[in-house]
Formats: sequence, structure tokens, C-alpha cells
Amino acid sequence: MQAFLQTLIYGVETGAIYALIALGYTMVYGVLRLINFAHGDVYMIGAFVGFYACTQWLPFKDLSQHPEAAAVNIALALITLFLSMLLCALLGITIERFAYRPLRNGFRNADAHFWGFVIALPVTAFVGAMSTTKRQGALLFAGVVIGFIMRPVMAHLTKRIKPSSSRLNALITAIGVSLILENGGINVFGADPKFIPDILPKRQFSLLGVEFNSSRLIILIIAAILMAVLRYIVLYTRPGKAMRAISHDIDAAKLMGINTDRVISFTFALGASLAGAAGFMVAAFTNIKVVPLFGLQPGLKAFVAAVLGGAGNIPGAALGGLIMGVVESLVASRYPQWRDAVAFILLIVILLVRPAGLLGKNTAEKV
Amino acid sequence: MRWLLGRIGVVVLTCAILLVANRLLIDNIKEYYISVLVLCGLYATLAVSLNLINGITGQFSIGHAGFYAVGAYVGGAWTMLMRPLVVKSLPILQTGTQLGDHLNLFIALVLGTVCAGLTGLLVGLPSLRLRGDYLAIVTLGFGEVIRIVILNMDVVGGPRGFTPITALVNDHGIPLVWVFGLLVVVVAFSRNLVKSAQGLKFLAVREDEIAADAMGVNTTRVKVTAFVIGSAFAGAAGVLYAHCQTGVNPDSFDMNTSITVTTMVVLGGTGSISGSLLAGIVLTALPELLRYDFIKDYRMVIFSTLLVVFMLTRPQGIFGHREIALPRFLRRLIRKKENAP
Amino acid sequence: MSEKVLLSIDNVTMRFGGLAAVSEVNIHVDKGELVGLIGPNGAGKTTLFNLMTGVYTPTEGDVSFDGSRLNGRKPFEIVGSGMARTFQNIRLFKALTALENVKIAANIHRQASLFDVVLRTPHLLKLDGELDAFSRDLLQQMDLADVADVRSSDLSYGLQRRLEIARALATKPKLLLLDEPAAGMNPQEKAQLMGLIRQIRERFSLTILLIEHDMKLVMGICERIYVLE
Repeated sequence: MQAFLQTLIYGVETGAIYALIALGYTMVYGVLRLINFAHGDVYMIGAFVGFYACTQWLPFKDLSQHPEAAAVNIALALITLFLSMLLCALLGITIERFAYRPLRNGFRNADAHFWGFVIALPVTAFVGAMSTTKRQGALLFAGVVIGFIMRPVMAHLTKRIKPSSSRLNALITAIGVSLILENGGINVFGADPKFIPDILPKRQFSLLGVEFNSSRLIILIIAAILMAVLRYIVLYTRPGKAMRAISHDIDAAKLMGINTDRVISFTFALGASLAGAAGFMVAAFTNIKVVPLFGLQPGLKAFVAAVLGGAGNIPGAALGGLIMGVVESLVASRYPQWRDAVAFILLIVILLVRPAGLLGKNTAEKV
Repeated sequence: MRWLLGRIGVVVLTCAILLVANRLLIDNIKEYYISVLVLCGLYATLAVSLNLINGITGQFSIGHAGFYAVGAYVGGAWTMLMRPLVVKSLPILQTGTQLGDHLNLFIALVLGTVCAGLTGLLVGLPSLRLRGDYLAIVTLGFGEVIRIVILNMDVVGGPRGFTPITALVNDHGIPLVWVFGLLVVVVAFSRNLVKSAQGLKFLAVREDEIAADAMGVNTTRVKVTAFVIGSAFAGAAGVLYAHCQTGVNPDSFDMNTSITVTTMVVLGGTGSISGSLLAGIVLTALPELLRYDFIKDYRMVIFSTLLVVFMLTRPQGIFGHREIALPRFLRRLIRKKENAP
Repeated sequence: MSEKVLLSIDNVTMRFGGLAAVSEVNIHVDKGELVGLIGPNGAGKTTLFNLMTGVYTPTEGDVSFDGSRLNGRKPFEIVGSGMARTFQNIRLFKALTALENVKIAANIHRQASLFDVVLRTPHLLKLDGELDAFSRDLLQQMDLADVADVRSSDLSYGLQRRLEIARALATKPKLLLLDEPAAGMNPQEKAQLMGLIRQIRERFSLTILLIEHDMKLVMGICERIYVLE
């Protein structure tokens, strides 16, 4: 019984993380009907932001030598949390602006500029790696020049492009963005595993024979707070209401004077910041190794969780995440080798029984 | 009768061309490039077979690696596990002789194809209740489940991989003939399907399922057929992969493989057979050829950036729905021949 | 039941959730008739069509056609037994040509096996030839021969409507169901359409049931009218 409860608690903790990531998936799916494959990688970026903040950017103290600095570290950890959320939100907005919006509204000049520079970056980096003298100013200049050369080329290529409504295209674009983040991560951060040192005092205590771990509890509490905030934003604020309007009918929302592009940006920012928070917390409080492919499996499972709850349905995503975490840890405690299959089997079964997910509404196509 | 002779003629001609091309290639290029060519052929086969499901029938499957895996493992299981049991009573199946090798590969191909097709049926039937994104996710899920099941099957090596698998026909680069022979078959199959008025019902399902239903098309059957055929061909490619690489590892069949194949279909132009074919070959060869030291570190970033830019700037893929047409005189020649009897 | 009756709908009720879209409707259509079905928006006219063609199965009551009960049969089976329809919002196979649209529908009576298709056997080539001839002939009769090789989405609205009717005719129906065939047409086009409907009825000896809002059109060509409330 105690073992069971212990597993259950672990499951809820894992589930809370899945839920945080799943919320981002489900919100984006709700407004755009797009599976934002890159979302798992935003979570990875959150973890890396946490890593660099904890080891280089912020003056964290080593607790084993300065036990009195706990309060300072807690404050810094909070700052790191917000920093992760902020940077991830910016990343989310950038992804939406330059990858998904051109797909939706057509490829504009500004997009050509952006992608020209993105292509120029690795080229510049490569030239930098080749050259023996490190003239970084010259390199930067070269990058800018290449970026500008790319622009008219692309503008020429894209003269007669109509916006695409194909779901398959959107999916492939999302997968492409995900690949960029993963491989760019390997180039920028390196493929070697990184660990965030213990930054908070750790305490174990037990209740009813079940072991609780203070740092894991923190994850639960913060996740709960974030979800409550999200619920408030979605239900009671103007952008939240606009989001819901768009998810019902984007064209009608547009006609009612809602600036849909801005609200979609907001949605991405919201989702990405939750993923960033989750990424930082997991990396900082569970001693897991941080690598550029950090977001792949959790991202996939969180996505499954979102579908499980009913894609586009916000409470559904939270529920789906929790169910997923609990079921996974229950199965993993008995049959660890089937751990990764559980998510998908669960998904297949649910979708076949309830094609719209647990809380989703089933809509038949009108004839 | 004339028709039968004609068909046999086409087959013999194709084989002859493949054998001659093979001989020329083997003598003149490095072994490494041969293996790149084999991969190109296999991925082109995968792309064209997935195009049957995604492009022509308009379904949304992104778990193609699962069927590829089924083929590879079933084929391997025949050669390494079952054949040794059968060979006692049927000495003709002894490997090492030309006849035995080819016969074994053929049996492995048939078994792998059938099993992958059955898996396709298994996945296709329940999945038909789902549409669009949901179907995509379920196929992705099935692909992963197949991989994890294999990971947990100790008889085929589990996570260690299934090695060695006897390279049945590796000498003299004969694998090239088999691989490209399969590619020719799958391309011919798709092309004949689309060309006939009978095959139009596959396109009808893609265009508008409800209207297709109302015009007497058994949409369920069409979709299941597409699923089974597409996965069967993927299985066949898997069998050849296992025997060309002389062993397989579950990691070769992960989500990335599925996504790569889906990307090929989309980039080639969903629905375009020649597009899938070309994208399959180019997208396999390109990263291999970029494997030179100086771009190595950045090739994946460049590759994925180009993918996104391509999607944004040419969303319909290279060819859209179109096909590369043969030069006009060739077309006329073929048409004359077909209308002759 | 008399020999004359082609389609009969007996006490049919259709509920979605708790809402009855159609309740206790009785309709019969005799062979050779041209019957109109009118009623305000939301009266369930299209739902009734969907019930007849197998898109929905009625909650209560029976639909029978040509002497056999249709409840629970799949749409494609019902088409095979001789009932074809058009759609209120045009549903052509957009990326395909007019000819291909018709061929798909005509295919229903000339099925070849996958084996034939893939090997292009003489049997298939013969079938394909017949199909092509039949479809072109039909397009000719419907004055669509000029646009046979035009993508159906590139056709004008009026031609798309007409192609949809041609496509339905290609299944060689006994009963043709037209769902608001004149929607979005101007008076001139409507007059043309009336002529066309009369004409195809004669030529293909059809029974026609049509939904329409335009009273002039309905009164002009229908022999009997059902009003759905």
C-alpha cells in the first residue's frame, strides 16, 4: 500500500510537469489547430536557461560551503524561474512570428530577412571556425552581408506564394523548427550532458509512511500556482477571452475586431513560458542531465497528454498530464521496460474509444 | 496472350537494365557510394509507398518506420531463425550458393511484405475512425509501440539489435538490383493505380470523403487498401535494409525515420509519385554527401533551416500534384504501344 | 405496397441528442414523379436527404427504396441500388477534372480488381475505355464536353452545379435527389436549370426529388410538393 502511494505521488509529480507542457500544446492547438512540435524544445531551452543562470549568470552560492545563503539562493531561484519563463516566451513569439505566421498569412519581406540571417548564421559560424585569426567584427559583417544577399533571392523565389492551409505542411514546418532548435542546441550548447548543482536546501520528510522530497514538492506547488494563474488569465482577462473566441472561430473573431495575430502571439508566449518554467524546474530539482534532446520524450508525452484530455481543451490538458504521469509511474514501477510504450498505448485506446479525447467535444463534419 | 508477353518483356527488360547498370556502377565507384545508393533506393521506396497513403489517398500517417521495422525484423527472423530449421528438409535453401541466396531473400521478402501488410491492416482498421491530426498521432504512436515491442523481444536481440543477419546477396553489389527492382515495382504500382480510372477512387477519398461515399466509393475499403499496400511496400524495403546492412537496430526505426520519410513526401509534393521518388533520393544523398568535415558540425542545422524555409516558400512541394512528364515523343510511343492490342 | 412506389419514408424521426431534427415524417415518391420538398430553414430537409442516402440512420421509422429497407445501410451501398444525390454546398472533387469527377461516379458499375489495375490487364484497359466513352458521352449530353479536362474548381459556379448533377447521373440512378440545385443562381440561370431538370428526367427516365427555396422553380416543375415544418 505504501509502495503504491509512493508511486502515486511520483506519478503526480511527473504528471504536473507533463501538464505544464501539455497546456502549451493544447492552447496552440485550440487557436490554430496546429501541433506545435517545437514546444518540447522550448522546454529544453528553459532547462538550458536555468543551467546557465545557475552556473554562470547569477551569483548562486554553494550551499555545502555557505549554508547560511539559503535565503539568497531561494530568491535567485525565483529570479531564474522568471528568467526562463521570459526567455522562453520570447522564443515562442519568435517561432510563431517567423515560422507559423508566414505559413498562415503568406511569406513577407520581413520573413525573408529573418530566414536569410538564420541561414547566414551557421555559415558565418563555419567561416569563424575555419579562420585562424579571430576577427569577429569582420565575421559579423560577413554574416550581415550574406543575410542581405539571401533576402532578394528568397523574395524572388517567393513572389507568387499563396498562404498554405495544408495541415501536413504546418506539421512539417513545426517539425523543422523543432529540428532547428535541437541541432542548433547541439552546436551552441554542445552535446555533452550538463547538470544543475543543488541550489536549494534539500529536506526529506515522511507522511503516512510516504517519503516526500522538498525539491519535488516545490515542483508541484509552483505548477499548481502557474496553472491557477493561467486559468485566471484565460477566463477573466481580455486576451484570454480573445483566445477563447479565436479557438471557436478564427474568422468570426477577426471580423469582430480582434487582432488575431497579436492574440496568437500571446498564446504562444503563455504556453512557452509554462514550458520554460517546467524545463527549469525539472533540470534544477531532479538532478537530470540537460542535453539538447532533453525535450524530445517529455514533449511527445505531454503532447499525448494534451490529446488524451482533448486537444484544445485547457482543463483537459491538465487532467491528461496528471493521468499520464500516474499511469506511467504505475506501469514503470512494475514493468520498467514498457515505460515509454504506455503513453502511446493509452493514447491509442482513448482515441479509439473517445475520438475527441476525454473532455473534448466530438464534432462530426456537416454534410 | 500478347498482353502477357508484353508484360514479361517489360520485366525482363527492366532486369536487364538494372543488371547492366549494376555492373557498370560496381566496377567504377567506391563501395561507400554503393551503400549510399542502396539507402537512396530504400528511402525512395519508403517515400513512394507513404505517398500512396498520404499523398494519393489523402490520409495522414506519420508512423511509417514501424512497418519498415516489421519488414526488417520478419525478414531477418526468416534468415537467421526459421531458415536453419527448414533447411534440413529443403537443402535448396542452403545459403552460400547463388540460387539459395536469392531464393532465401525472396522468401524473406514475401514474409516481410505480408507481415508488414497485416500490421498495416491492424493499424489501418481501427484508425479509420480518426481524421487528420488525430490519425497522424495514432500512427506515430503505433510506430513507437512497434519499436518498443521489438526492444522487448529478446529473441531478436532487443535493445542490442538483431545482428548479424547473413548478407545474402552482398557480393558483386547485387543488393542494388534488388533494391532498385523493388523501387521500380512500387513506382509502377503507384503509377498504374493513379493512371487507371479505377484508381481515381483513391484520389476521390483524398478530395472529399463524403462526396466519394455519396458517389458509391467504399471509402473504408479504399483507405484500408491504401494502408495495407503502403505498409507492405515499407516492409519489403525493411527486408532489404536488414539484409544489406547485415543487421538491424531498433534505433534505426525511431520517430526520426518516420518523420524523414514524411518530410520527403511533403517536400516532393504530396500526391506526386515522381516528387516522392526524387525527394527520397535527394534527401538521402544530400546529407550523406555533406558529410565532409567542414560542414559536418553544421549540416543538420542548415538542413533543418532549409526544410523550414522550403516549406514556407514553396508549400506545395517541388512538384505539387504534378508529375515529371516524359518527353513528348516517348509518351506518344508508349501510348501507341498500349493502345495497339 | 404498390408497384409504383419507388421511395417511401414511414414515420421517420431523427434525434441528435435530445433535439428532434425530423419528427414523424411520411413521404412517398412514385416512379417517374418529380416531387418538391420545401420548408423553412432548419425544418430538416437536408437531414431527410441524409437519412435517405445513408449518412444518418433514422432513430425511428423506416426508409425503403425500390422495395428494400435502407436503414443502416452504408451510403455507397445505397448509391449502388440506384439513388444518387447532389449537395447543398457543392462538393466536387476539386483538384480533379470534370471528366475525372464523372468517371469516379461511373466507376461504380464497372469495378476491376486491384490485380487488374496494377498489371493493366486487357480486361482493365477495356473497362477503362468503356468508362471513358460513357463519361465523355454523359458530359456531352450535359453540355459539359468543352470543359471535360478543366479542373472542377476552376469551373464557373453554374457549371459546377451542372457537373454535380452530371456526376450523380453517372451512377445511373433511378431516383435523383437534388439539394437546392438553384441556390445562388440568377433568374436566367434558374430558368436554364428548370429546362435541364425536365430534360434529364425525360432522357434518363428519372424520378426526381428536389429541395428548393425558390417557389417559382418548385411550382414550375414539380408535380407534387411536400412541405416540411
